[in-house]
Amino acid sequence: MSSNDVMDFGQAMEQFDPVLGFEVHVELNTRSKIFSSAPNAFGDEPNTNVTALDLGLPGTLPVVNKEVVEYAIRLGVALNAQVAESCRFARKNYFYPDTPKNFQTSQYDEPIVFDGHLDVELEDGEVFRIEIERAHLEDDAGKLTHQGGSGRIQGASASLVDYNRAGVPLIEIVTRPIVGAGDRAPELARAYVTAIRDIVKAIDISDAKMEQGNVRCDANVSLMPKGSDTFGTRTETKNVNSTRAVQHAVQHEIQRQAALLAAGGTVTQETRHWHEDTRTTTSGRPKSDADDYRYFPEPDLVPVVVDREWVERVRAELPELPAVRRKRLKAEWGFSDEEFRDVVNAGVDGEIAATVEAGATPAAARKWWMGEIARLANAREVEVSALGVEPAHVVQVEELIAAKTINDKIAKQVLGHVADGEGTPKQIVEARSLAVVSDDGALTEAVDAAIADNPDVVEKIKGGKMQAIGALIGPVMKATRGQADAGRVREIVMERLGVG
Amino acid sequence: MTESFDVNAELTADQLVRLTALQMAERLAAGTTTSVELVQAHLDRIAEYDGDPRSDAASDRGVRAYLHVNTDEALAVAAEVDAIRAAGGAEAEALHPLAGVPVAVKDNIVTVGQPTTAASTMLDGWMSPYDAHVIERIRAAKLPILGKTNMDEFAMGGSTEHSAFGITRNPWDLDRVPGGSGGGSAAAVAAFLAPFALGSDTGGSIREPAAFTGTVGMKPTYGAVSRYGVIAMASSLDQVGPAARTVTDAAALQQVIGGHDRRDSTSLPDEQADFVAAAANRDLTGVKVGVIADQSTEGFDAGVKAAFDADVQALRGAGAEIVEVSCPHFDAALAAYYLIMPSEASSNLARYDGVRYGNRVVPEGGGTIEQVMAATREAGFGPEVKRRIILGTYALSAGYYDAYYGSAQKVRTLVQEDFAAAFEKVDVLLTPTAPTPAFELGAQTTDPMAMYLNDIATIPANLAGVPGLSVPGGTVDGLPYGLQLVAPAREDARLYSVGAAVEALLDERRGTPVWAQAPDLVKGAERAAAPTAGGQQ
Amino acid sequence: MAEITRDQVAHLARLAHIRMSEQELDTLSGELGLILDSISQVQEVAGEDVVPTSHPIPLTNVFREDEPRDTLTQEQALDQAPDSEDGQFKVPAILDGE
Repeated sequence: MSSNDVMDFGQAMEQFDPVLGFEVHVELNTRSKIFSSAPNAFGDEPNTNVTALDLGLPGTLPVVNKEVVEYAIRLGVALNAQVAESCRFARKNYFYPDTPKNFQTSQYDEPIVFDGHLDVELEDGEVFRIEIERAHLEDDAGKLTHQGGSGRIQGASASLVDYNRAGVPLIEIVTRPIVGAGDRAPELARAYVTAIRDIVKAIDISDAKMEQGNVRCDANVSLMPKGSDTFGTRTETKNVNSTRAVQHAVQHEIQRQAALLAAGGTVTQETRHWHEDTRTTTSGRPKSDADDYRYFPEPDLVPVVVDREWVERVRAELPELPAVRRKRLKAEWGFSDEEFRDVVNAGVDGEIAATVEAGATPAAARKWWMGEIARLANAREVEVSALGVEPAHVVQVEELIAAKTINDKIAKQVLGHVADGEGTPKQIVEARSLAVVSDDGALTEAVDAAIADNPDVVEKIKGGKMQAIGALIGPVMKATRGQADAGRVREIVMERLGVG
Repeated sequence: MTESFDVNAELTADQLVRLTALQMAERLAAGTTTSVELVQAHLDRIAEYDGDPRSDAASDRGVRAYLHVNTDEALAVAAEVDAIRAAGGAEAEALHPLAGVPVAVKDNIVTVGQPTTAASTMLDGWMSPYDAHVIERIRAAKLPILGKTNMDEFAMGGSTEHSAFGITRNPWDLDRVPGGSGGGSAAAVAAFLAPFALGSDTGGSIREPAAFTGTVGMKPTYGAVSRYGVIAMASSLDQVGPAARTVTDAAALQQVIGGHDRRDSTSLPDEQADFVAAAANRDLTGVKVGVIADQSTEGFDAGVKAAFDADVQALRGAGAEIVEVSCPHFDAALAAYYLIMPSEASSNLARYDGVRYGNRVVPEGGGTIEQVMAATREAGFGPEVKRRIILGTYALSAGYYDAYYGSAQKVRTLVQEDFAAAFEKVDVLLTPTAPTPAFELGAQTTDPMAMYLNDIATIPANLAGVPGLSVPGGTVDGLPYGLQLVAPAREDARLYSVGAAVEALLDERRGTPVWAQAPDLVKGAERAAAPTAGGQQ
Repeated sequence: MAEITRDQVAHLARLAHIRMSEQELDTLSGELGLILDSISQVQEVAGEDVVPTSHPIPLTNVFREDEPRDTLTQEQALDQAPDSEDGQFKVPAILDGE
């Protein structure tokens, strides 16, 4: 059998327990790099954000960016972890053309952050505690572009190297092995990476844009037969670059390993590459004796000593963490567990908070963000945040409804136009003459016409069948091209017919 | 000597280059010599006596100290200094006391506008886009840079025979080595091809060549001089320092290059002491001088041992208190050094891969980047460099780290403790700088361990980060030997103070400085006709 | 004599990315054995309780402020490159992909 065959997930879960582990690399958003004073910026001309150090020129020396240490402390506090009283850097020696000194300056035996944990909530509210073994600082590598071989490394004829990214500060967050997730392992993988992304964004140490590689996940997966507590051989799937991909990659790797083991095969300890297009992993490089990194203490840098006052100051200044914030908002908004979870799962809690902040009621904010705006985003296949509808727009829509300038139906049209970039709701109502017909004279005229046209309906109403009123409202709405307030129309009908 | 110096005397170019750096500075200040005259006198002498390390050694009996001579820039800086002095006023007043006095620079210190090769094929032709911190200081003080001096490749060696380009000769005996790795700087200073020079010292590379050439060499406290822009061999051991003919000149040059630099994380934040003032001391009364009772002297030349003992007696006669101290771990220092140094070097030299700079070598028929890197490093590094890279790779590799690198770092702690215990009893330690005087060219090139043993007395100071100063003791069989003084960390001024007094005492006893006794060199025109091998000139 | 086999040297040379001839491997394995004989005594000198020293002069917390400065231009960066294209360093194909 091929090592890429897969077993049905349910079947795999009957036979095996998955063990997960994650190494998440987070690019920090400091202004300059970790050991050099080159700008830490994305998207500039190649080899312009470099100093002599970032090219590994002879004689250059590193100096630690203080802000990077501050950020690491912030992360340590956010992950309920210990911040080392003293830590140091070490060299990890390996040759690769994107690594200008052919060693990475990392931390080995003395990481700055260790022994933390993070409570991760799945979509149905189940909470898993993930133990954080360590988080350490290191420098990022440059960027390789492969020529020929359709841009992939395999079959390329040459590669180009841009060292702008070399030396960008990274913090690598390493979990302890995660046991007991069972069939929820793929969901947990996604929830964990999402939680890390949200935390590093909330404490403002990273731009946390996964599509730009600010947050990169290596997922370790191994299986043990049901009832066993001996870990199997693990694989490391590299650089899975969206939260959804993490879920799929973990599930795929579980299914692949299960098929392999069930057929009497063995899992090779290796790195695997995730392919988003086929949702499969392929074999990378097996672990070999070339992985002798010859770590030793970085002699060009001195130890970092973090006194407890420093940690306490950072703790005191720490921005509200996502979990705490969610608990607070749920209480403030008065949503049910289910309502709130739906909001969080839809990823619009931030938008709702901003909308409430701008003056809308929580219920109204929820109605729009979970309703029409979510529908628009879905239809246009974009994230809600990328739709172009702002909290202030929602507040304006609510104001227009309250003033009876528009009704709900028109409000939905207006939001569609906002998403098209036509302006604010007020501008759109004005420009497209969408205001509700509130002139009772015009409405009465339309109602009278409807009464005259539908004598049978009138008979029914007069006979006490009040639900038949709807049959008169319809023509009125049609005559006013929907711009009438249905409630007012109903009142006028009853008035003219002398009922109710 | 300074006492009897006549600043107004009429001097020939030949006499001018034999002045100390501070005497040259005095004449510049007095207007009796211009900087252009001074630089030109050195350039002429270089043209006459130096030759080129790259030329065939068999037929070139020059000193071969300089890999690159910086004629145009040196003369331009000299002319600028002369113009400022001539104009007078505030700018002239603000000139550094050494402005206009030329200096030579070891070729592992990066310089804009001149090639920097570290005497390696790997970097042949490489031009640095930035200046080392010490070069910035030299430029700010307006010392014209005469050129870049030869060395063992990447400073790995004790004889300068491991330069990829060619040997440098000892001005005292052209068939002997000038020591290493900074043989070019020491030979240039000894042969009056520069009044002083910059070197770097990882295990003795400033001090051993000083001992072999009858000159002064100082390894400052680790961190006293910035390493920014100094091509690293072993980062925790490397230190930049001065080579000169007198202790005071060395002090003056360290004053220029030393002090804090924010770009070197290991740079000491301390204010620099006044080294030149410290070097004015002539009094050894009551100075406690420690001699190490229990360090092995196996392999020490009998003449060097006898001369050392005589010098110790002379110091006692001058009022110094000689105290025997115990440094039981110094014998293990050499072993620790030959693990730590190659380990750090194997990592520091990994960057030379032919990707970003330097000379790329493509295997026949092309190859992958891995093959190109391996071919580049095969061709670009000499045998000694490869030996140390492989040794360091071994010492750091999985399964050996604790036994080798880890144990060596512990020995380092013990060596520091030995120094600490000794300095509770004495002000300075005194040892011979090297076990022997300069050896013959080729004598040790086939035996790495013999070569490594040359560093036995100098290495402990590097491991512990303490300063070490080599001053000329005298001569043994017509060749100079050196005395090494060692002081506690951050006590560089104490070394200049005691060193200057020892220098004055021994000069008086001999009636002349050692460096003034060096034999005359052979001029270029006559060199070509001189015998090509064997025999002293 | 300490045993450093030719294969070990070949492995070290691979780790260090230095191509070596058969003869060089032979020479080096002999030399390294001799050198290690002389330096392996370090293992016997220090006891368990001795703390290793990695920096000769103890300093801590040497930091740089988070301010961008001192960058090279693209032209300076590529000036000494053996090969370049489109503002980037150019290297032959990579065999062993990450």
